[in-house]
Amino acid sequence: MAQDLNYLKETPSQTAGPFVHIGLAPGAAGFEIYDQELGQDIAGPNASGERIRVEGLVMDGIGSPVKDVLLEAWQANAQGIYAHPEHPGEVEDGFRGWGRVITDFDTGEWAFDTVKPGPVMGRNGQMMAPHINLWIVARGINVGLNTRLYFEDEAEANAGDPVINLIEWEKRRATLIAKRSIRDGAVVYRFDICLQGNDETVFFDV
Amino acid sequence: MQKPPLKQGEFYQRDRRWHPPALDRNYKTSVARSPQFPLISLENTVSEITGPVFGHNDFAPVDNDLLKNFAQPDQSPVGERIIVHGRVLDENARPVPNTLVEIWQANASGRYRHKKDTYLGAIDPNFGGCGRTMTDADGYYYFRTIKPGAYPWRNWVNDWRPAHIHISVFGTGFAQRLITQLYFEGDPLIARCPIVQTLPDPAAVEQLTARMDMNASIPLDTIAYKFDIVLRGRRSTLFENRLEGN
Ligand SMILES: [Fe+3]
Repeated sequence: MAQDLNYLKETPSQTAGPFVHIGLAPGAAGFEIYDQELGQDIAGPNASGERIRVEGLVMDGIGSPVKDVLLEAWQANAQGIYAHPEHPGEVEDGFRGWGRVITDFDTGEWAFDTVKPGPVMGRNGQMMAPHINLWIVARGINVGLNTRLYFEDEAEANAGDPVINLIEWEKRRATLIAKRSIRDGAVVYRFDICLQGNDETVFFDV
Repeated sequence: MQKPPLKQGEFYQRDRRWHPPALDRNYKTSVARSPQFPLISLENTVSEITGPVFGHNDFAPVDNDLLKNFAQPDQSPVGERIIVHGRVLDENARPVPNTLVEIWQANASGRYRHKKDTYLGAIDPNFGGCGRTMTDADGYYYFRTIKPGAYPWRNWVNDWRPAHIHISVFGTGFAQRLITQLYFEGDPLIARCPIVQTLPDPAAVEQLTARMDMNASIPLDTIAYKFDIVLRGRRSTLFENRLEGN
């Protein structure tokens, strides 16, 4: 036998189950336990850039809303900088860039408020279009699903985005583009996620 | 705050054969919630290598003590008092310090404190069922809690979940994000549970099975179980493609 490589195996994933809210959003499960729940303020009060709301539904393979899903968002600020020690650059005080949202148990609708991220430098000097990274867990999802939300009004940047361009089926690229509208003077992006079927959202093995 | 430049490269690719497949017909809910198209494989960019950073201001010290964090003063939840402890490591066996670990679980009668749980098991007025903590500089974490009860669930008519604790871990990059479940050694329901058995490799089930740890137990008080968590490891930048490519 050759030498052992001595790597450990990653802990395998298991579904978050129907009661993920108890652990990660206990207020929604129906009780108060923590002084503060995490992930409710993505951008903080000082972030520059356009204030936006992102909303949508997660649908299963027969088009029914998934009402027990939990989503996490991870994004750069308006200058394209992540709030992380390894990303050179500054973010505004209070900008974390991470959020956690659950659906309305009756309708399956989810929404979060943030600022629109800027373009981010990608691999090999190729600029990535503004995007929000999303991670989706729920009962029936055995390994959390990664996807990216891009913005409808960034058509030129999207056309040059190295990640979008990896998707061989051009028709499927549209599943990553959030639709922009103005409602009561506020900017709203609609991003419906389809877990399965012909309109299935593109998910990434990151 | 002046930040150092990126020093490490991509995370090792996930071994998708070690994780459960998206679709497992014996876990019925997965049938309509599993993507059918293959995942698009993505070489890590800064979007995946970075992830949220948490600090001690984000939670309270009592948050990791489920015996106390919801109980009335001088009262305790019903059930077997346990410690769950271990380390968060990466695939290179290096500790992952200062990372957030969150847990949730049913009470001793198998009932969740959740408005959607209608199981017959009693609600325990002194048990909330969730906790959170950060690993220390050596990647070490611990919780105090009660051993959760088994509970039935609607899948096949007589399916029961083994006693389990749900665990969520972050790591340093969003690509390491992981939710899993801890099981307890010796539980006969492990082999029968369709969710556990979504794992294709019996060795993966072993990895999710916490072992009783008498050395860490507190005599006349609490039984300990040890549970190490392994997150994806990272390449060094020695022979690295340019990630940022400036
Ligand atoms: Fe459970």
